[in-house]
Parts: sequence; C-alpha cells; structure tokens
Amino acid sequence: MTGTLESPTSQELTPDQLLDAYRTMKTIREFEERVHDEFAGGDIPGFVHLYAGEEASAVGVCSHLDDRDAIASTHRGHGHCIAKGVDPVGMMAEIYGKSTGSCRGKGGSMHIADLSKGMLGANGIVGGGPPLICGRALASKHKGDGGVAVAFFGDGASNQGTTFESLNLATIWNLPAVFVAENNGYAEATSSSWSVATDDIADRAAAFGMPGVIVDGFDFFAVHEAAGEAVARARDGGGPTLIEVKFTRYFGHFEGDQQLYRADEVANARANLDCLKRFRARVTESGQLTDAQLDAVDAEVGALIERSVEEAKAAPKPGAADLLTDVYVSY
Amino acid sequence: MADERIQRVTMPKWGLSMKTGKIVEWFVAEGDTIAKGDDVVDIETDKIAGTLESPVGGLIRRIIAEPGADLPVGAVLAVVAPSEVADVDVDAVVEEAKAAIASGALEEDEGPQPQLVEVGGHTISYLTLGEGGEPVVLVHGFGGDKNSWLFVQQPLSEDRAVTVLDLPGHGASDKDVGDGSLDTLAGVVIGFLDALGIGRAHLVGHSLGGAVIAAAAKAAPDKVASLTLLAPAGYGEQADAEYLRGFAAATSRRELKPLLGRLFADESLVTRQLVDDLLRYKRLDGVDKALATVLDTLLTDADTQAIDTPALLEGVDVPVTVVWGESDRILPPPDGVGERVAAGHMLHMEAANDIVRHLR
Amino acid sequence: MARSITYREAINEALAQEMERDPSVIVMGEDNAGGQGSPGEEDAWGGVLGVTKGLYHRFPGRVLDTPISESAFIGAAVGAATGGLRPVAELMFIDFMGVCFDQIFNQAAKFRYMFGGKAVTPVVVRTMWGAGLRAAAQHSQSLLSVFTHIPGLKVVAPSNAYDAKGLLIQSIRDDDPVIFAEHKMLYNVAGDVPEESYAIPFGEANIVREGGDVTIVAIGRMVAMAQDAATELASSGVECEIVDPRTVSPLDTDTILESVENTGRLVVVDEANPRCSLATDIAATVAQDAFGSLRAPIQLVTGPHTPVPFADSLEDLFIPDAAKIAGAVKTAVDYAR
Repeated sequence: MTGTLESPTSQELTPDQLLDAYRTMKTIREFEERVHDEFAGGDIPGFVHLYAGEEASAVGVCSHLDDRDAIASTHRGHGHCIAKGVDPVGMMAEIYGKSTGSCRGKGGSMHIADLSKGMLGANGIVGGGPPLICGRALASKHKGDGGVAVAFFGDGASNQGTTFESLNLATIWNLPAVFVAENNGYAEATSSSWSVATDDIADRAAAFGMPGVIVDGFDFFAVHEAAGEAVARARDGGGPTLIEVKFTRYFGHFEGDQQLYRADEVANARANLDCLKRFRARVTESGQLTDAQLDAVDAEVGALIERSVEEAKAAPKPGAADLLTDVYVSY
Repeated sequence: MADERIQRVTMPKWGLSMKTGKIVEWFVAEGDTIAKGDDVVDIETDKIAGTLESPVGGLIRRIIAEPGADLPVGAVLAVVAPSEVADVDVDAVVEEAKAAIASGALEEDEGPQPQLVEVGGHTISYLTLGEGGEPVVLVHGFGGDKNSWLFVQQPLSEDRAVTVLDLPGHGASDKDVGDGSLDTLAGVVIGFLDALGIGRAHLVGHSLGGAVIAAAAKAAPDKVASLTLLAPAGYGEQADAEYLRGFAAATSRRELKPLLGRLFADESLVTRQLVDDLLRYKRLDGVDKALATVLDTLLTDADTQAIDTPALLEGVDVPVTVVWGESDRILPPPDGVGERVAAGHMLHMEAANDIVRHLR
Repeated sequence: MARSITYREAINEALAQEMERDPSVIVMGEDNAGGQGSPGEEDAWGGVLGVTKGLYHRFPGRVLDTPISESAFIGAAVGAATGGLRPVAELMFIDFMGVCFDQIFNQAAKFRYMFGGKAVTPVVVRTMWGAGLRAAAQHSQSLLSVFTHIPGLKVVAPSNAYDAKGLLIQSIRDDDPVIFAEHKMLYNVAGDVPEESYAIPFGEANIVREGGDVTIVAIGRMVAMAQDAATELASSGVECEIVDPRTVSPLDTDTILESVENTGRLVVVDEANPRCSLATDIAATVAQDAFGSLRAPIQLVTGPHTPVPFADSLEDLFIPDAAKIAGAVKTAVDYAR
C-alpha cells in the first residue's frame, strides 16, 4: 500500500466536499450495519450482500460523477446506489420488499436501481454490468454529452468472459468508461489470491490496451485521486481505465454466511484500516474539518437510517395487482 | 386465325392490382346468343366479386373457363362467333387461348402503371386509361383510393380517357393533407387538372370526393363539364360517425373488418384482401394524421356532417347528377334527392355496371 | 407505391428509413460494415449476408462493427438503450445466443420489472434463424421458443418482405426489447413492399388465406410451405385457413382461437424441435381455450427431436414440407370419433 496521507487531492477538496464525502460513506456504513441487524432479526426477506468496509471505493469514484454519468453495480450494490444519489429511504423499503421501495418491491436488494440518477442497477449476475457500461459509454460518446460510464465489479467478475470482452470492446471503441474492480479478497467463499491467475487484477489492463491502477481501497483519498484521473481521461476522449481497489468486506458474502473460510482480517481492518476512521483522522489533523462537524453528520445519518427503517416497516407490501404490471411498456 | 368474325370474352382487369380472377358462375351457355352489355359471368378477384358484362355480342360457341378456374387478366374465357364459322376454326382459337394461359405470358403483362405528378407541393399518384373524348376524372372518398374505381375505370375507358387519382393523404399520394379542408382538397383537384393539361373534365366523385368536386366546380366552373356525385358527402346532417371515426382509429383487422361491412349492402363483399389492403394503407406513416385531419372536415364535434354540398353548388352552372346506393348506411340518402341503385355506400363497387351506364 | 423487393432489401430499407428518421438509431454487429482495420474496402460485407450493406457510408458513425464478442456488444446495445439510443444489434445466428444470453434475458428483459417499471430499454436484436442452408447443427436452429418463454422480450418472426419491413420499423420504434428473427431462407424471396415507412403492430396475426375446413398456424418460412399445401388441398376440396402470427410474443391468440372456432381443426407448423416449442404452446392454448370447437386432434408438423443435420438428404427430411403439412391436414379432416 502506498502512503496516501500525502496524496495531493485532499487539499483540493473543499470542506463542503469533504463533508459530503464523509456523509455518504457514513450513510453507507450505517445503512449496512442496520441491514445486518435487521436481517438477523428476521424481518428482511431473501438474501442481502453488504458493502460495509468498502465505502471509500463507491464514494471515491462517484464523487467525480454527475447526472450525465452512469454506473453499473453488483450484487453488493447498496453502497454504489447511495454514492450515486439513490434515496436510502426508498432503498430500505425496497430491501424490505415494500411498495414504497425504489423498485416498488419488485427488485429487492440485488436489483435496486434508479435510472434517473444514472444508477443502472445492482446486478444479480456476476459480470453482468461491464457490457452494459460499454453501452452507456457508447451512448454518451454518440450523443456527445460528455458522460462517463463506470462499471463496478468484484474480483469474482474479474474472471468472467463478459468482463474481458467489455474491456476489449471499450478500448477498440475508445469508450469513455472506467472499470473499477473491487477486490475484497473473496468471490463468495473463494479467495481471489487463488481464483485470479495474475498477481493483481490490474495486471489484466495491459492485455486490453488500457492503463491499470491499484489503489488502497480503505483510503478514500487514494481512490478519489485514481478515479479522478480515470474519469477525466474518459471524459476527454482518452479511453478507458481499469482501477483495482483492494480492501476487505466487513461481513460475509451474504448475511448468514458463517465465514469459516476467513481468518481475523476483519477485526484488524475495522481496528486499523477502516476508511471512516482514517478519513476522520486525516481531515481533523489537517484542520479541514472538526470532530464536532463530523459528529453532527453522524447524528444526522443515524436519524436518516432510523427513519428509513421505520418507514420501511410501516409501508405496505405490493398487492396482487402489482404482479402483472411493469413487464413491458406495452404488450 | 385472323377471322374477324371470331370474338373473345376475356378476363377483365378490375383495378391496378388485379392479376387473376376466379370464375364463379356463368349466366350463359354455349349456343346462347348474347348482346353486348349482357351479364355473362361472375368473377371473384382477391378484393371483391363482380359481374362481367359482355364486351361483345353474338353466338357463344365455346366457354373455355370453368367455374372455379383462377385465370390471369387477358385470358380468353369464351369465344363468340356466328354459326357460319367452322368448328375447327373456333377450336383453333380455343387451343391458342389455352396455350397462352399455360405459357404464363399473360401474367407478365403488367399493363399501364400509375404515374406521379407534383401539384402545389403535393405528390399525386394517378392512372389514366383510354384516350380521346372529353376526359373523365374519378375522385375517391374518405380513406379510399384510386383503386376503388376498379370496376368503373376500365369499361368507361373504352372510348375516352379516364383518370383516377389519389387525394393527398390517400393511396400512393403523399400523406400531407395540410389543413385537410374541402378548399385545400378541391384546390389539389383543380391543380391536378392543370398539371395534366386537362382544360375541362367530367368530374365524378364518391362520398367525400363528391363534396371535393363540388367545391372544385364552385372554385373553377369553367374546368368542369359535368359533376356526378356518388353517395356524396354534405347532403343532410346524418352520417355514420361511428364508422368514420372508427375507420380513422382502427389499427387491427379485428377493429376494421366489422366497420367495413357497413360500406356494402352485401357484407360478404368485404374480403380478407380488401381488409388487408386498407390496413396496409392505414399503417403508412402520416396516414393517421391525414385521416384525423380530414375527419374534421367531414364531421362536426356533434358527429353531424360538417359539409353542405348543395350550398356549394348554388350558382354553379354545370350539369349535376347525384346517385345513391339505396342501402347506404354511411351517408343515408336524403329523400327526394338523386337517383337510386341497388347498393350500399360503395355503389361504384357494388353496382359498378349501373354506375358505368350512368357515366356513359 | 409498392414495388417488389426482397426480404433482405426490405430489412435494409427499414433500417435506413428509421436511421434517417431518428438519429438515436444505431446499428452494430459483426461485420455489419466489414473491412474495419483492413487494407481493402470499408463496408466490404454489409453483414455476413449483406443485409446492412450500404448503411455504413450513408450514416457515418452509426454503423458499428464489433469484435466477435457477443456478450459485450449485445450487452452494450442493451446499455446504450437505457442511455437514450435505439440500438439495433445483429446477433449473426440465433444459435449464438448461447454466448450472450445473459445480457438478453437477465438484463434487457428484466430491467423494467426489476426496477419497478422505471426502465425503458428500446433495443432490437436482429438475428438469423432456421434450417435449409446446409449450415448444420450450430447455424440452423429455430430457437424462438426460448426467447418467447422470457417475459419482457418481444419476439418477431416475419414470413415475407412486407412484414419484415413493417415489423422491423415497429421493433425499432417499440420501447421494449425485441428479438427480430429473420429466416435465412427468406432473404432472397421478393414481395410487394411500399416505399413509404410503415409499422405493423405487434400481436396481430396475418390471415394469409381464408378457409373453413382447417386452421393452419405456420411460422416464418413455414407460411409459404403451408400455402403450397393449401393450394394443393384446395384442388381436392379441402379449404385451409392459414394464420401467420407474425409475432410470437405477443401472440395473437384471439385470431387463432377465432379461426379454430370456425374450422374445428388445427394444424401447427413450426420447423423447430418439437418439445417445449411454439407448436406445443399454441396447441396447448387452443386445447385449453377452444376445446369445445375441436372436431379432431390437433396436429403438429415440426422438425424431429434432433439437432439439424448437415447432409442435404437429412436436412430435407428434418424440415417440414408441403407434403407433410398436407398429410397432417388430411389426418385432421379425415378424423372420425
């Protein structure tokens, strides 16, 4: 890991931008910790895959994006959704399978989307997103709207043919795309050190004629800087980039995973590497923000998540009439 | 074989798209003597069935085409010759006719094709058959086209030039009807006559086309030798608005077919092909808008007729003939106006031979 | 004005007219132009069978050649459709669905439902189907039923040039994902096609021929086979009504049921393999909803439960023909309880 404390970008962010980044990361963390607790309580149906620990990646990348830009996500998608501006209240309701959810209770945790925010959906298919992102990037290039499209995918998807095909296509079409490989160490219960043939996923970039970058995924500023370069290059017509973000997820593959395959890496990460702790230490030490400001955000986020759960629990489930709607625009 | 006493009754070409006809029933037999104009045989085309009036008179020596046979346009159906002509000569004509059918040569003759002409920014499709005489121009109704004159144009064109055209928004003409008003449509008809160099014509109009030619006569009376209005729009207030609006709105065979039945006294005349052809027309880009626009010319918001044709004709000094199908359900014939033939609204299809007689 | 052009020309014309009308329409696929990066001509092929020929130069930047990466470019078409374009992607052979199906059935087909009605994905996948070109087992299949099974997809199978143009225009204008299946044996078959643009609505079967004795529902190339059979049968006094569904999803069950209620007999002709097929699906629908009208068991005329063979002697046996259809019709007509 490179020493990122000296990363120049921290000085380029305004206090408001820093506060926003912290707020978004904190929202993701609170959201995921709460879903973890609620799932254990038995109120949440289906399966959920939590993003806690990985917040710096979603927020570090998405803080460079605006309404022109689109992202595709993974089964572990809550963080990407929040980072791209999807309403956490609607998300929580969706996870509860309620009619007030982002997708009216028809998608669930793995399919939360908000196309109005350029969020193309969490995706239940590993490797499903990269081809879609080529298309979104193509659409932006064709329309000349300056938009950039970002595919988030995991170390598991880094072994999928769809990902390889998309990396190749993005280069030969010179697409404004960024591919973010979130290597949290495990595809389900299989270590990426075993499943990925190269030392690093970023090594694969060379095979597809694009730059490959490795960043410390616990460091918001490192991700922010690498993503900033990649997004700017894409926007300027310079083509795609592959960024490998390395970190550890705090929970199992899905909720209920006993995680017998893991050692004590989570405890260590939570104690020593955590992105929120490092962010707070850095911005308070540099004097850019105060603990009081950050504590206020914590309280605000806590209230938001509390409200999201209360509203989700109180909301009605979709009814029989909803079963048959929304299959087609017209049929 | 060039015995001029031998005459042939051939498969007629009823409309541009007719390639073959199916013999349904003969009304005459070998040995009968017929006069020109007698009904001789019922023929079914893929669009509609009609009765062929004999173009010749004399003794029927041979009937070649058996009921059920599907034969190309131009195929010899029967041979007419006086009894003095030897059987062997008649049979030679029969053999020649059969050989012509078998060779497939008849199918290849496409016949005259429609032309395009620019009229005041509109591209108008038309077809002229025949030559000489004072020209006749036939103008179709709402949602119709030049092919609706299929049973009329050919027989009428035996001794004069007969032109059919597609109004804007219809048939193969462009689909921009502008404001779709009667004046606009009449202006196109007048401009069309000018574009073709027709100084003066007998105008025949069906339904909306009747009102259009009345408006044309009012605007340019010197160009009009006579007006024949067939089931014209604008007589009385009553109209089958459900048909008119339904026709404009229909997008499927299931919606359209029951409506089309109302056009005819005999609903069985609505064939699969007729429905199909109309659907093909209605699917063209721009037709929806064209029909919706013209509909506003035809109907008031209260679903009564918006046109007053007698008012248009006031002071127009040309001969006017009005003919109605007595079973017209679309524009019910008003009492005391015009003549009647046994037909529904599509009298020029259903009672074509009567209409041809009127026009001759 | 209508004039006679081929099925191939009709498809090309539909693409050209829609690209002319709507700048958001783009075309992509393997060798849709051809010759990219090569020393020779650009637009060298215009698609493997020349269907897209000429569009590359006419619409600069809007005809995209792709690498042989069906997942990536079919997925890219889907993604672009969510981003305001109306892409028409060519999956060269329907058999190649195996290397990109996820993007079609898990992504494009499900967005609208999964996302609670908020997604619009106007993508068209043009693909070539059917047997008869001696192309053997991996280039000859009739996999329409697989797509038809998936909610969220529309599946179109034109049987003639007129329908090909009007249905492709509708496919491009349609806001849902459409699988537009072109039968490879029909590309050179000509028919009357208007020069103007027109759209044929989905879910409206074409009654190709009217008749009162038996209903034949036939799909794609089988429509012409059924017409041949019907002509022959008419000479022995059996009148067939031929229904061409044109789109198999949505399927115009009303027209099929109405026809069977009239005739009391049904023959379904589909060159696909017989199990879990369009033929069985249509038969099941009629058995369920028009059982009381049936005067004879429903007859299915399909390919056998085998891959499509290569040798012409075998492929000719595989594909239903007019004689087999006529035989099935006779079986239905001769049936006595």
